[in-house]
Amino acid sequence: MILSLSKDTIQVLKEQDVVFLKNRVKETAVKIKMGLVNQTRLLTACSELVRNMMRYADGGVCIIEVVSSGRNNGVRLTFSDRGPGIPDIAAAMRDGFSTGKSLGLGLPGTKRLVNEFDIKSKMGEGTVVTIVKWANG
Amino acid sequence: MSLKTHQLLKNKKKTILELWMKNQLADESLREDLISNDELRSQSEELIDALVSNLSLENFTNLESDEWSPVIEILGGISITRARQGFSPRETGNFVFSLKEAILDVLQQEVTNDPAKLFSESMKVNRIMDSLSVVTFETFIKGREEVILRQTDEITEISTPVIRVWEGILALPIIGTLDSARTQIVMENLLQEIVETGSSIAILDISGVPAVDSLVAQHLIKTVSATRLMGAECIISGIRPEIAQTVVHLGIDLSNIITKATLASALAYSFKVMRLEVKKISTLTKL
Amino acid sequence: MDKIPILRMGAFLLVTIQVDLYDRLALNLEADLVKMVNKTNAKGVLIDISAVSIVDSFMGRIIGNIASMSKILDAETVVVGMQPAVAITLIELGLPLKGVHTALDMEKGMNMLKSMIDSNEEDTDEDQTDYDLIAE
Repeated sequence: MILSLSKDTIQVLKEQDVVFLKNRVKETAVKIKMGLVNQTRLLTACSELVRNMMRYADGGVCIIEVVSSGRNNGVRLTFSDRGPGIPDIAAAMRDGFSTGKSLGLGLPGTKRLVNEFDIKSKMGEGTVVTIVKWANG
Repeated sequence: MSLKTHQLLKNKKKTILELWMKNQLADESLREDLISNDELRSQSEELIDALVSNLSLENFTNLESDEWSPVIEILGGISITRARQGFSPRETGNFVFSLKEAILDVLQQEVTNDPAKLFSESMKVNRIMDSLSVVTFETFIKGREEVILRQTDEITEISTPVIRVWEGILALPIIGTLDSARTQIVMENLLQEIVETGSSIAILDISGVPAVDSLVAQHLIKTVSATRLMGAECIISGIRPEIAQTVVHLGIDLSNIITKATLASALAYSFKVMRLEVKKISTLTKL
Repeated sequence: MDKIPILRMGAFLLVTIQVDLYDRLALNLEADLVKMVNKTNAKGVLIDISAVSIVDSFMGRIIGNIASMSKILDAETVVVGMQPAVAITLIELGLPLKGVHTALDMEKGMNMLKSMIDSNEEDTDEDQTDYDLIAE
């Protein structure tokens, strides 16, 4: 069972917001004593997801939460946008698949960096990506 | 009625303590090697003080009430320390059980002419002391679990030493199964050490790894790739013949990785890369 | 607009990235650096990322691009000082930065570039001799 201990909602519409968001995520990770390598994984995952949000949906909202499950604490990030949505999630989760001109590592790579990864998308309504990174995991 | 028990405990505090100490010291399983008598006495006194001074009428039998939390805290502190000091559960349990005996003894001496009352008061004391025993065991086990967790951490620390074999060459003997948690630690330690020592070659020796399956191989490849990204080379040595067989049978591609059969040949290769030469000096030459 | 300074040292260009790159800054760096390689006829590019705490797939791609573009302009690229956490993250992300040379620090990177250029020149000399022989 995952308990949410704190919640912080951040609007991401401009490039400056991205820097602000990353700083907040880092602060949160430091607060729960996440190790440096896991911090880097979390921030890199955050960077990938926020770029997707900016590129395909002109921004959105990110919720930063401190979560706890048993002895372990972690950070949960929820990215939601009102963009066009992802037509084929299974394809988007494959290495090397991209509709844009990127390397196509964003989503599958992000999944490898975090402990929990969930993606929901509806055509024309938007996409919600939720990730959890545990402090020691 | 409970007023009396409460009062009684307060008045007879000294007697109970003496009796309890006597009980404890008489116990054959007393660990004089782990705890001195003075220490035991001060522990016992602390607990009785808390027990007596925190009792009030309404909550005498209600262990959930706030008044009990100092007692539980003290008791918890004592049993956690005991768990760490290496007391057995029985020895820790006896600490509380002998207190119960002491209290019941005093109660019996004081309430002489009313068997019904003696029984009901004894039951109350029993109930409380039993709850306290449960608390003791719970914290004792928690203390032991903490010890186990700390030891697990220590084992992972110990089992992944990074050795500086030469200026610029690190060696990392891996002993035991390489799972993903272990790989994380091995990789982090290795990369950190590379930065700190400025070493350009790292040797991962897997002589002590019992088996290499595709998952272990994947972990090894990951470590090698990360080392290369940092600008150092990573050699895998200590590959036993049966491991070479399984690797090929499983179809694992290690062709991008420098592999050597022994740590010695990995070291020789490293010397070559670093343009170093090891020479045998003539026996005639005086040192 | 923010710019990352590019220093010229002999036949090499040095870039020290002191801030965490955001996308536009990285794109500017790519363009500036390729222009500089062309203008100065540099033989090597040294990029120090020891102060960079995050490299995601976009930055990884820019670094790869710089290396490939410089290669076409006959310059080798060496990335130096990558943090352990960054290296681990890049591997897990699936970006081993193939085709990019790496070194532990500036000094080692510089030596690497020098030896690469020396061997390249030796190759050219040999080619030259072969050609002369054939010509004769």
